[in-house]
Amino acid sequence: MSGAPTGTEQAVTTELRVPSRLGFEKVAMSTAATVAEMMGFSEDRVEDLKTAVAEACINAIEHGNRLDASQTVLVILSIAENTLEVKIVDRGFGTGKKPIQTPNIDRKMHGEEELRGMGMFLIKSLVDEAEWVSDKRGGSYARLAIHLDREKGVSDGASDSN
Amino acid sequence: MEPQTQTKAKVERSGSLAILRFEGDVTSASKEAVLGTYDKLAPETKEILLDFSKVQYLNSSGIALVIQLLMEANKSGHKVQTFGLTPHFQKVFTMLGLTKYTSLHPNELAAKAAFGG
Repeated sequence: MSGAPTGTEQAVTTELRVPSRLGFEKVAMSTAATVAEMMGFSEDRVEDLKTAVAEACINAIEHGNRLDASQTVLVILSIAENTLEVKIVDRGFGTGKKPIQTPNIDRKMHGEEELRGMGMFLIKSLVDEAEWVSDKRGGSYARLAIHLDREKGVSDGASDSN
Repeated sequence: MEPQTQTKAKVERSGSLAILRFEGDVTSASKEAVLGTYDKLAPETKEILLDFSKVQYLNSSGIALVIQLLMEANKSGHKVQTFGLTPHFQKVFTMLGLTKYTSLHPNELAAKAAFGG
């Protein structure tokens, strides 16, 4: 387990493991929401975090662990004074350096873009920090963080053009 | 064991209007509830209301099914209005651009009124 996400304070951590079965992302989502509420995050930030954590867990279950029921997804929540960091760890090889695509609704509506594949865009848009770290030996994680002293400004209609 | 809550979909008809009321989770497991229900709409349907007021959990795979429904509705000339989304999912639908193909309304009355006439 890593140390504090930011600053010098000792982080308090909570860990849970969920099976690589779709639906169990809700367990991680609920836990993250509970911790964020305890820290005093506003309701809308908690909702943003819930969606981001759920999407990261779905990616870990589907792509990282390839729905292998014998593998678990490790979720580590680290609490520092103003920051909640969530790491979602799987056994896969990560996303590489693939850039995160902004979904284009017009292309989707015309069958020119995959209908799915919006999860990473949502994660990046809904939390203050998001990164994906890969280990060539297998094992990768998504790291998400939200800060109490920052209001996340989400721009609407990001995908309306082109 | 199937951990995902089943999606329920109920259709209410009134003339050329069909209201699709979803309940539970809308996820990758909801294809039949979302697209199957749409496919079974009566041929005289012209306007569709999507009711998410009893949806407890919605993820990007579920939203992809909603986009597919909008895609099919667009091809068929159906007008679609949406209501009952939480403020968070109103924001998510807006971020993803779905509001270009369906307007979001706070309640059923407002959604119905948006069809005009």
